Amino acid sequence: MGTQELSYLLLGLSWTLGLTAIGFAGGIPFGIGIALMRVSSNNWLRRPAMAWIGLFQGTPLLMQLFVAYFGLPLLGFNLPAWAAVAIALTAHASSFLGEIWRGAIQAIPKGQTEAALALGLPDSSRMFDVVLPQAFKISLPATVGFLVQLLKGTSLAAIVGFIELTRAGNIVSNQLYRPLLVFGVVGAMYFAMCWPLSWWGRKLEQSMSKGINK
Amino acid sequence: MKLDFSVVANAWPNLISGTIGTINLAIAGMCIALVIGILGVAILRAQMRMPNLLVNAFIEIIRNTPFLVQIYFIFFALPLIGVRLNPTATAIIALGLNGGAYAIEIIRGGVESISKGQTEAGLALGLHKHEVFFYIVLKPALRTIYPSLCSQFILLTLTTAICTSISAFELTYVGQRIEGETFRSFEVYFTLTMIYLVISFLTMGLLNAIGRWAFNYPQR
Repeated sequence: MGTQELSYLLLGLSWTLGLTAIGFAGGIPFGIGIALMRVSSNNWLRRPAMAWIGLFQGTPLLMQLFVAYFGLPLLGFNLPAWAAVAIALTAHASSFLGEIWRGAIQAIPKGQTEAALALGLPDSSRMFDVVLPQAFKISLPATVGFLVQLLKGTSLAAIVGFIELTRAGNIVSNQLYRPLLVFGVVGAMYFAMCWPLSWWGRKLEQSMSKGINK
Repeated sequence: MKLDFSVVANAWPNLISGTIGTINLAIAGMCIALVIGILGVAILRAQMRMPNLLVNAFIEIIRNTPFLVQIYFIFFALPLIGVRLNPTATAIIALGLNGGAYAIEIIRGGVESISKGQTEAGLALGLHKHEVFFYIVLKPALRTIYPSLCSQFILLTLTTAICTSISAFELTYVGQRIEGETFRSFEVYFTLTMIYLVISFLTMGLLNAIGRWAFNYPQR
């Protein structure tokens, strides 16, 4: 494998990172929205959030990519491939992050909310200044775990035809006729990106369980 | 914008056989995954250095690379070591290996959650060693990990969609063939998405019912 092939793979890798970043960055605000709707006592907010989570966790990411890729143009949006993929990844991320953060919000002891109420804090302050900062800390390991999952998930954009790392590997492998070498290198690149994140997530989890046992 | 679902509806026999293909892949993959999971935990508990290292390396590699890359790698690697299998069998192996890495982690957690005092209490009550293992270690361990195993099974079922990339016979592959014949991409994939949704909801309901029936005894 020459430098030309390697630089092509690295170009694909930059797209993989880009898609992950867009999906994650987009997933954060929508994920917070989904989590807040999901813990709301109002049925009109809670039920749609539950449906949203069930829809994205009950179907393959590949189908979500296909539906966004072919469906968005039908709705009149003329988008480049990467934008359709990014929208699907954002929606996917919002449902998973929403469910993770829902769990974290509900894990905060009720006394915290009651204390905030007793102090006369307004509703928004109670959620954003008291509950969410603590929930954020609890949810960090699972959030990092999902980031790894999202990074791996971007590889499915290859099946839709978008040239990221896996698709680049496919193309190079077809040129060189050395699939094992190429996919070995591609796999190693993914590993180099995911493993430090997994390691960090595990460290966070360990330090947190220590804190709980104290 | 004109949607035409009739071409998809007309292909219902294919969709049904594709659905069965997906369920077959998921069940076969999960069986291999469970075997790998139990073997892996047995090896880890034996505390030998080299095998321990290999199992941990296996877990880390599988968990930190995408399934798509794994399935491509296995698809091209098997013929090189002289194993010629059809795409569906290759897909089952890939699913089994992938699920196996996650199963090891889950089962390890379950076995570790049973405290030693519980085994000792069973022995002190005069139960036989096998009885202690089955009723006092295995059953509560299974109950602890059952929910995680169930969600892992659902994940595996959804992962089967990726097996279309090596043209294994399952629902997405069938869908891509229908798309190729009718050019109704959105209608096809929308229908597939709904079928997957029904599959995962029914599976979840079934697994929950089995769990309630199998672990229906008081906790404390």
